[in-house]
Amino acid sequence: MGTGTDFINTRVDMFGYYLDLAWRSLRHHQVLAALMVLAIALGIGASVTMLAVLHNLSGNPLPGRSGVLFHPQVDPRPAKLSGADVEPPDDLTYIDAVNLYQLGIAPRRAVMSSNWLPVRADAPDSPLAMYTDRATTADFFAMFGVPFLYGAAWSAQDDASHAQVVVLSRAMNQKLFGGGNSVGRTLVIATKTFRVAGVIDDWNPQPRFYDVNGGAFGKPEQMYLPFFAWLDLPQDYGYGPMNCWGNDPNAGTHDPRVQQCTWAQFWVQLDTPAQAADYRAALVQYSAQQHQLGRFQRDPDVRLRGLLDWLDYKRVIPVTVRMQTWIAFGVLLICLVNTVGLMVAKFLRKSGEIGVRRALGASRRDVFAQCLIEAGVVGLAGGLLGLPLAWLGLWMVRQQPVSFAASAHFDPSMLGVALLLAVLSSLLAGVWPAWRASRVAPALQVKSL
Amino acid sequence: MELRPILSTLRRHKFTAWLLVLEIALTCAIVCNAVFLISQRLHRMDLPSGIAERELVQIQLGHIGKNPDAKAQTETDLAALRQIAGVKQAGLTEELPFSFGGSSNSGLMLEPRQQQPTVTVSQYMGQNILPTLGLRLVAGRDFQPGEYVDLDIALAALKTGDTKGLPQSMIVTRALADRLWPGKAPLGQTAYVGKGIPLRVIGVVESLARPNMLNKGPQYTVVWPIHMTSADGADYVLRTAPQDRAAVLEAAVAKLKQIDPNRVVLVKRTYDQARREFFANDRAMAGILVGVIVALLTVTALGIVGLASFWVGQRRRSIGVRRALGATRGDILRYFQTENFLLATLGIVLGMVLAYGINLFLMLHYELPRLPGIYLPVGALVLWAIGQLAVLGPALRAAAVPPVVATRSV
Repeated sequence: MGTGTDFINTRVDMFGYYLDLAWRSLRHHQVLAALMVLAIALGIGASVTMLAVLHNLSGNPLPGRSGVLFHPQVDPRPAKLSGADVEPPDDLTYIDAVNLYQLGIAPRRAVMSSNWLPVRADAPDSPLAMYTDRATTADFFAMFGVPFLYGAAWSAQDDASHAQVVVLSRAMNQKLFGGGNSVGRTLVIATKTFRVAGVIDDWNPQPRFYDVNGGAFGKPEQMYLPFFAWLDLPQDYGYGPMNCWGNDPNAGTHDPRVQQCTWAQFWVQLDTPAQAADYRAALVQYSAQQHQLGRFQRDPDVRLRGLLDWLDYKRVIPVTVRMQTWIAFGVLLICLVNTVGLMVAKFLRKSGEIGVRRALGASRRDVFAQCLIEAGVVGLAGGLLGLPLAWLGLWMVRQQPVSFAASAHFDPSMLGVALLLAVLSSLLAGVWPAWRASRVAPALQVKSL
Repeated sequence: MELRPILSTLRRHKFTAWLLVLEIALTCAIVCNAVFLISQRLHRMDLPSGIAERELVQIQLGHIGKNPDAKAQTETDLAALRQIAGVKQAGLTEELPFSFGGSSNSGLMLEPRQQQPTVTVSQYMGQNILPTLGLRLVAGRDFQPGEYVDLDIALAALKTGDTKGLPQSMIVTRALADRLWPGKAPLGQTAYVGKGIPLRVIGVVESLARPNMLNKGPQYTVVWPIHMTSADGADYVLRTAPQDRAAVLEAAVAKLKQIDPNRVVLVKRTYDQARREFFANDRAMAGILVGVIVALLTVTALGIVGLASFWVGQRRRSIGVRRALGATRGDILRYFQTENFLLATLGIVLGMVLAYGINLFLMLHYELPRLPGIYLPVGALVLWAIGQLAVLGPALRAAAVPPVVATRSV
């Protein structure tokens, strides 16, 4: 071997030659090759389908923003509550929601809940229909980066003055106003007239971190109303899912201001660790103050989880999906064992050929490398065939009428993962068979020819 | 059949033979657990609700603003609904078995001052519940008109502590009666809710499932003599002949809109639909698992075909020799079938151990019961059958090797 370039050239030539050999060998043993490719494709198809579902479900709903969003919790429950969770409630009572909203030390904050309300366009005789809504405060849109098509969010001033304004989703704007710029138009929501302040573009972060009460995967609300104006509306649809202690589980259905029901979600934006530390201290101080006032019976017990910690804590990924992922990897494992067996069969069947190559001067390493490359080619072919299978699998998952199904799509990064997984696993499966093949004694084989 | 030649041949192919055993074992373990998971789902989907499922339709109304006279309105609605042709019973209930959304639950205690409730039950309230839902009384009686209390009065009584405004009796399911008073007659027994409010059992129904939180005991439910109105969030439920459901539903919605146009229909469906939606997740999971099982068994069968073909190819010469020495085609065929049977058996034994291991792991992490013993023989039979089917092709090819091969060099 002369210069370094020569060496590399030789290596490249050898690689090309081995590829050619692999191709010939696979063509020669079509049945075995097809069985191996099919087995790997099935394994890759099944495991990548489930991986893609898991990947979609456990993704970051707001990349770039999740680091500064926090979910404060305080514990207003009575000291003795049989069967109570050790963690503070997820949501806030009305009083705590208002108090923390007015605390004003976070750069941005939003209090919110959701229900559905009867809505009618302002034209006479237009039909009454129910639409889902999220009642929240002005910072919601800027804090979560909600994109606007027309108009803009309402202002903090609107929140304070209980202004009757509404922000529509793109779909609702399409339905009620034909998709045009409807800013300034009016709607009748639960008997009161609201003015359209803005229309947002499609926006549906998954998991729906800001309110996981109705399940973490699903559709966003159809319209957004100022929280305090929403509380004024005559309505009997509940004020979102409530958790109440005491004798009457429905205490808050008509009166959201009762002391014993938690139901309002609250999020704050804290830009630096120092701000987060200050905010946590403020939560403790607030709890201590409420304790002194006699409202809180328990010692201060607060949480300030970041967005991703919050999703982790709420275990938003369905148990069934976790189980299916385990099973999918079981399938991949079986496919690998299967491939190891078939490769041993395949390489040993070529013992004669290998013996001749060895007798003609190929080293054990050459034989090993050639067999491994053949394994890689099989893996690549399996991966390529597995991709449409995974796509089919995801399509089948999407057909299921379950809430997380809609988010099961194939994103390009999974394409790379699938091929890499296929090649790596088949190389892994090829190591032992290739080593076995490289041990073939040249003389013996040549003799038997 | 002589086993020794098979065993000695296998000893020469130790590695590939073990791979096949390992593959069968893994397949056996995973398929057993997957089938078990499916059966769990199917069992859940089959849970009895206790109501006349195929005869019910449900309508939920939304009111705009609070109606000062919700009670009179509900009476008017119910009277009008009973007039609709085909309606056998009309009633009002806050919840229905196996449906999403809220459920109203409370802790039932055997002593008035118990620290922890004995069971968490789901309570049914509304109007005319037993006849409308078609519940079957197995002991005692339904509530009498005088026993009912209005919800707002009961709530006010809870605040003031006045026991007169509270219900005094309840109807329980047989499963709940057996749980609270095993071996005793439940009629006349008393259980307590809240701060020791006594409720006496006056009736027992055969079955009535709770809406959700099934892990708290799917049949632990009670009916309370509390009247609700449709403004309290209770739904109208109509009972009719199965074939009339669609017509009755349309007529009822039209009637209700006619009585008060200022209301919105939030939900209108047959009970079948509600139940289907509730179990959609289970059905989806069962479907996915079936797909996985089919894929797995296919892969394993492919593996057996591949290795068996390899062995047949390798042993062509010795097969020829055996044929030349007088072995029949049947002997050769049986040889490969027996070999496969031996390997499959070893795989199944290992696989069952592994299956129970995985099951133990799942029991620890996912609230799953123990794998029933029946999976052992059934799983073994299935894998044996697949093994035999997969090896048949290569074995037939082996049997077709002519004796003359023995005289040729490769």
